[in-house]
Amino acid sequence: MGSSNSSVNNIPNAQELMQETGFSAAHILRLHERFEFLDKHKCGQLRLVDRPTNQPQDFGAVQELALNPIGDSIISAFFSPGQETVDFASFVRILAHFRPTDRNQSRDGAQQEPANSSIRKLKFAFQMYDQDRDGKISRAELLQVLRAMLGIQVTEEQLQSIAERAIQEADLDRDDAISFDEFRKSLEKVDIDHKMSIRFLR
Amino acid sequence: MDLHISRRTEVLLVVFILFSLLYGSRGEIPPKPTGGVTIVPPVKPDGPQAFPDAEKANLPVFTMDYPRIQIPFEITLWVLLASFAKIGFHVYHKITIWVPESCLLISIGLIVGGIMHSVHEEPPAVLSSNVFFLYMLPPIVLDSGYFMPTRPFFENIGTVLWFAVVGTLWNSIGIGMSLFAICQIEAFEVQDINLQENLLFASIISAVDPVAVLSVFEDVSVNEQLYIVVFGECLFNDAVTVVLYNMFNFVAEMPVVEPVDVFLGVARFFVVGLGGMGFGILFGFVAAFTTRFTSRVREIEPLFIFMYSYLAYLVAELFAISSIMAIVTCALTMKYYVEENVSQRSCTTIRHVVKMLGSISETLIFFFLGVVTITTEHEWNWGYILFTLLFAFIWRGLGVLVLTQIINPFRTIPFHLKDQFGLAYGGLRGAISFALVFTLPDNIGRKQLFVTATIAIILFTVFLQGISIRPLIEYINVRRTNRNLDTINVEVHCRLMEHTIAGIEDLCGQWSHFYWKDKFMKFNNRILRRILIRDNRAESSIVALYKKLELQNAMEILDTYETFIKNSGKPKKKFLASDLKSMHDILSKNMYKIRQRTVAYTNKHALPNDSQTKEILIRRHTSIRRSLRPGSFQSSVVPKSHKYFSLPAGKSLESKFPPTRLSYTDDQETMSEVAYPSRRSRFHQPGRSSSRAMMPLQRLDTLKEAPSVDVLDESTGERGRMGHGMSRTNSSSSNARIPAPRRQFPPSVDHDSSSADNFRNGHHEATAEEEEQQQQQQPSSPTPAWAAETQDNTAQNPLLRRPQWNPKRK
Repeated sequence: MGSSNSSVNNIPNAQELMQETGFSAAHILRLHERFEFLDKHKCGQLRLVDRPTNQPQDFGAVQELALNPIGDSIISAFFSPGQETVDFASFVRILAHFRPTDRNQSRDGAQQEPANSSIRKLKFAFQMYDQDRDGKISRAELLQVLRAMLGIQVTEEQLQSIAERAIQEADLDRDDAISFDEFRKSLEKVDIDHKMSIRFLR
Repeated sequence: MDLHISRRTEVLLVVFILFSLLYGSRGEIPPKPTGGVTIVPPVKPDGPQAFPDAEKANLPVFTMDYPRIQIPFEITLWVLLASFAKIGFHVYHKITIWVPESCLLISIGLIVGGIMHSVHEEPPAVLSSNVFFLYMLPPIVLDSGYFMPTRPFFENIGTVLWFAVVGTLWNSIGIGMSLFAICQIEAFEVQDINLQENLLFASIISAVDPVAVLSVFEDVSVNEQLYIVVFGECLFNDAVTVVLYNMFNFVAEMPVVEPVDVFLGVARFFVVGLGGMGFGILFGFVAAFTTRFTSRVREIEPLFIFMYSYLAYLVAELFAISSIMAIVTCALTMKYYVEENVSQRSCTTIRHVVKMLGSISETLIFFFLGVVTITTEHEWNWGYILFTLLFAFIWRGLGVLVLTQIINPFRTIPFHLKDQFGLAYGGLRGAISFALVFTLPDNIGRKQLFVTATIAIILFTVFLQGISIRPLIEYINVRRTNRNLDTINVEVHCRLMEHTIAGIEDLCGQWSHFYWKDKFMKFNNRILRRILIRDNRAESSIVALYKKLELQNAMEILDTYETFIKNSGKPKKKFLASDLKSMHDILSKNMYKIRQRTVAYTNKHALPNDSQTKEILIRRHTSIRRSLRPGSFQSSVVPKSHKYFSLPAGKSLESKFPPTRLSYTDDQETMSEVAYPSRRSRFHQPGRSSSRAMMPLQRLDTLKEAPSVDVLDESTGERGRMGHGMSRTNSSSSNARIPAPRRQFPPSVDHDSSSADNFRNGHHEATAEEEEQQQQQQPSSPTPAWAAETQDNTAQNPLLRRPQWNPKRK
């Protein structure tokens, strides 16, 4: 599992990816291995469903993800709107959101916001709710996620009340939905960097 | 009532004290009869003077023979006394919030010691090296090791070892050197203590024992990292201390120290540490293997745990390697496999007994600390002792600071200053130091001084730091775990984020940050489990478990009632404080625990709870319950014979039910008409298409009471959205599976939600198998933590008996 440059160079656009996402060569290598592991049909792309036979593939093959209450949302976040497949670059780009934030990063104005900044992380979380990507978490979407996360013992009224309360707390402009800014504001006390980071193995 | 109890306790205490005093620990029988009891000395045929009154040997009606039972009697009395003290504290439970239990125990010990001293009794010789190290220490260490939360522990193992080993070394050497420097000052009259002795003493007092601190941390809910590091450090630095102690002890007797000795010392350290671990692992595996065959002899299953761990301890002592590490690693290794092999009762028994023994030992030790404090001779030397205190404090603080700086870059979650403060301040000294100092060889000139100093340090740290740590931690607001955060929003979002992270980690194929753990789990699954775990679980146990849970849940349904105001679509609801509280309760109780992130906090003084596995079971079985609901449409749809299949052992779920999915991209239009939308598309395309895919169900206006299907949603969600291949005639029918009361919902809300639920639907055919598979799979899947705890639940509800009815069981 070396991080020899030669193997990294086999990956297309490795250097750009490293630059863009901040991953090291070793990370990229490992992610590439993982990508290839997931990509059983070796077509260079991950997809949700194998079209001809309608068998789940790739993403579907990750068992534990199936057990996750919001597994679907996570998977769908990898696919850009309208796309059916995920190539390695997109795979890495999305995963880059979860790199631990570099604390001392200095940002000059010209530099684009890094992939793993808190805002990006928050956006990812927001996306988990906002499936239709309209920039707001509607009550229905909130309910859906709540339902997924809560156990069976919770009745529908309770769910409704909880969702109602959540919207009440966060919704400042009274549009009965939570926008991204409201979302961010409600989480201002929470250490997002800590919660939405994983340390990538080499 | 409280007053009554405490008065009685006092009376009992006094009575027992009197008894113990009267009969004394020296076992001298009072020569005079007391209170009308005739003491009959052993019969001598030629001793008429022995029977002052009787002439011939009348049959003695009432005799006493104290020496025979003396030792067990006294042990029992002391244990009871200490336990009464413990009961006494909890009468006023507010006390234990502010004053840690160890303080209270020491105080009681001081009182008893005072009493004993005033009547010139000697305390029992509990603190001889053998008794302490062979009998009193192992239960405590076993308790700590057995209930150690393994996952956070292994995630932080580098940090833990770093602090334990390097930190203790730093402390010992630092304190030793500074004390040696102090000794040079003539004013303190301690010039005769040479460097080795100082180092020896320093190694004794650098062992931390944060029992009190841990319970404070638990109460205050500090972040998991801090907790586990303090916990782990305490455990492992015992081992390091003992090694250092032995080493310095050896060295102290030598007139000259040569470099080769230092080198040998280092080598010995590795031998001791690694050897201890090796023995522990060995015995752990042997124990696990043994329990594989104990299915016929359930009664003695707990015995194996205790015997093997104790054996590990003793064997390690035999070779003079670190017995503490041995017993801890034995417990760690053993626990996982054993809890899968043994019956649920044995499991409960083991846990209870481990906790009980640990608790007793700890209580006794602190108690005797108090007693001995009064009754030993002290040699007080202001300068030395005060400087010891000072240096202990300084060096610990410095040590934590420096070490954290070095290790922070390697941690995902670095320690902030507040955490460091908690770590440094939490360095209380305790039992180990106490025991070690008593076992100092007598040829060390100033042994008494050391004893006094150690006791002083222990008392100081336990009382002062123990009592003040709680307000301080709360004041500086150490980063807490996210329990009971302020708003509902935050709670929900945080949980969502945790699920996200868990999902991403799965996607990346890595598992809790650790490469080696990845590898280990693969190895574990492939090889170890096959050898060590008994495969053929009786199927009846699973069936019985389901029946029980069924009954339990039925009872719970009867008991619960709605506590929320009905949401009738008012634009703005007022939420009462009680509502909020209920909401928080609901959220905290019912949200799925993140599989990797749940902190298995174990209170030192309480048994751990098994809520996670219970939750999984409840999820599972409730779906069965749903499927059996009498008013449900789907019961007509799904043939009952399909339920409760059991998969042959070892087959994976996918093999039986290859999941089939519809992709929405094509079928958006067709979805709206199709009569078989039961095929859930789990992988609905993101973006517009997904929402549109959910839309088609607007036509199901009539059946908008969809939400009950959520039940199935989560339950199946948990199990995996696999096995959907079942054809369901009508998604609408699934919608209709709701009990009557839940019918009143504003339509607007339900569209999207119901649609989503439809598509995540259950398939009751699949549920049963999935559940059983899950039951079987649970032990084999790496993620749920040490899942054999499932069996514990049934023990908790005394009302559960094997129900007689079994409508669907094959």
